[in-house]
Amino acid sequence: MGVDIRVENLNAWYGTTQSLWDINLNIPANKATALIGPSGCGKSTFVRCLNRMHETNPIARAEGVVRMGDIDIYKDASPVEIRRRIGMVFQRPNPFPTMSIYDNVASGLKLNGFRKKRVLDEVVEKSLKSAALWEEVKDSLHKKSGASLSGGQQQRLCIARALAVDPEVLLMDEPASALDPVSTAKIEDLIFKLKSQYTIVIVTHNMQQAARVAENTGFFLTGKLVEFAPTTKIFTNPSDKRTEDYITGRFG
Amino acid sequence: MNEPNLISLPPTPVAQSVSPENPTGAPDLPPPAPSAIRKFLNSKSSGRVPDGAFRGLMFVCALSIFLIVLLILFVLISSSKLSIHTFGFKFFTGTTWDPVSGDFGALPFIYGTVVSSLLAVAMAVPLALLVAIFLLEICPQFLRGPISFLTELLAAIPSVVYGLWGVFVLVPIIRDQAGPVLEKYLGWTGFFVEPNFGVGMFAASVILAIMIFPVISSISRDVMRVVPPSQREAALALGATRWEMIRISILRNSRIGIVGSVILGLGRALGETLAVTMVIGNHPDIMKNLFAPAYTLSSVIANEFTEATGDLYLSALIEIGLALFLVTIVVNAIARLLVWAVTRNNSAVAH
Ligand SMILES: Nc1ncnc2c1ncn2[C@@H]1O[C@H](COP(=O)(O)OP(=O)(O)O)[C@@H](O)[C@H]1O
Ligand SMILES: [Mg+2]
Repeated sequence: MGVDIRVENLNAWYGTTQSLWDINLNIPANKATALIGPSGCGKSTFVRCLNRMHETNPIARAEGVVRMGDIDIYKDASPVEIRRRIGMVFQRPNPFPTMSIYDNVASGLKLNGFRKKRVLDEVVEKSLKSAALWEEVKDSLHKKSGASLSGGQQQRLCIARALAVDPEVLLMDEPASALDPVSTAKIEDLIFKLKSQYTIVIVTHNMQQAARVAENTGFFLTGKLVEFAPTTKIFTNPSDKRTEDYITGRFG
Repeated sequence: MNEPNLISLPPTPVAQSVSPENPTGAPDLPPPAPSAIRKFLNSKSSGRVPDGAFRGLMFVCALSIFLIVLLILFVLISSSKLSIHTFGFKFFTGTTWDPVSGDFGALPFIYGTVVSSLLAVAMAVPLALLVAIFLLEICPQFLRGPISFLTELLAAIPSVVYGLWGVFVLVPIIRDQAGPVLEKYLGWTGFFVEPNFGVGMFAASVILAIMIFPVISSISRDVMRVVPPSQREAALALGATRWEMIRISILRNSRIGIVGSVILGLGRALGETLAVTMVIGNHPDIMKNLFAPAYTLSSVIANEFTEATGDLYLSALIEIGLALFLVTIVVNAIARLLVWAVTRNNSAVAH
């Protein structure tokens, strides 16, 4: 089951350059939330602050409060614990190339010391089914490597890998931007299905995509959250002039 | 990785005015004069001749490698004919080395070479990998340069210097400090028992380990460094700790290169002569005790070649060279087989 995320006064820096300014945002549980905005406006930085991936960059720093359910992720838990509860899918598919499809999906559980083969088998099958990849790979689970799949399949494999550890939140940073239209459509279908079980945050460049999958949409501009509202409102009746300009293609 | 091809443009329409079967009947303009760039490019040769010549040259170079190997083998075999005829295959299984009575067997030397090299690799690899990982992942920036520089400096020290250091520093330490401790705690294994004079198989292995450590460390660091950052993020985002991330994304993705570095180190250990000769004790025995003196193929050639009297003696020494050649090939082949078996059993390999 998903949980909600509440962000209060989040600021983030790379070195001395500030990339996020005072972000306040409540991401509701079990819904898909889209983040849109022009390149470099801080969408990736923002989602990476949500699962503490931001701090894996040695020059990066973040300040503010991020609550997931009732825990403060920067105070009450270690980054490792947080990342086990908040899955992430990156812009470029990054399966483990030397692992089989099966091992890729099982990798998160195996990391956490899970060894029961029968349960692993079940989890792998279930995750691949959730990621709509099972039918395409079920005969080569152990034979093929993660790298031997097509780009779209690799991204769904990465989604399956993230789902296998049963996260409460799934962060997706432009998950379809490196994919062809058919794979993109598959991933969008997937997000639609997954949001009943997980809280989904999806960064996207593509406004139609946001409109198709997300209940709520946030618009970022130069490191600030300009507007956050139900998707239909953002796209039909934005309250901020800058949002309107972006939506109608006047810049970005 | 497959790049999805998002762009599929319709075929470019043919310039209409120059098409003879132009159905639209637009007026025929004179074809535009070719631009300067076009003229320049058209004047260049098709590239077939230089490409062909270059291919030929590369082919000859590649062939010459086979030729060199074959020539070495030919010289080794033809100059050791006498020994080969006299002892046959027994040369490789014989354990006596007696120039006075003309009885020559190479087994103790083969044993010395193989065991000292394998021990050296066993000692050097964990250390080298730890240093490589430390430099890449943990080391503070200001220490990185000096440590890498020193590591690479180790590789550049001539082996005679290692030999001297071995004789004056390492051997006394093994004899007086390390030896007694090893004997006390590991004596029961039979690998470390008195008498211990410092010189012997153990000293040789330690020297070799120090000598091959920089090669293994710097090459494996280079292959680890090129693991894409996205692989690290993949592991971290799954909730891997730092060490788990190093294991599943860095070490795993670079394991073929790491094994390559180990094979290179092993090659160096197998052939290393001078430093080993100075500390191994030079006594052709096959002993379980690592404190006991031993002898390697290359050491015996270095020590005895100049004083080899008689054709059989000389020819036996050259056959020792042949044995070293074969040992190197066999060990390398086994190492490669091992890589192949490991990567195949893991069901899936990239590249
Ligand atoms: N690793 C980094 N090092 C330094 N600056 C960065 C790094 N990543 C992003 N930035 C900067 O932070 C800002 C926001 O970037 P990012 O979050 O990647 O934007 P988006 O995902 O919306 O395109 C940009 O100005 C970018 O230059
Ligand atoms: Mg981004």
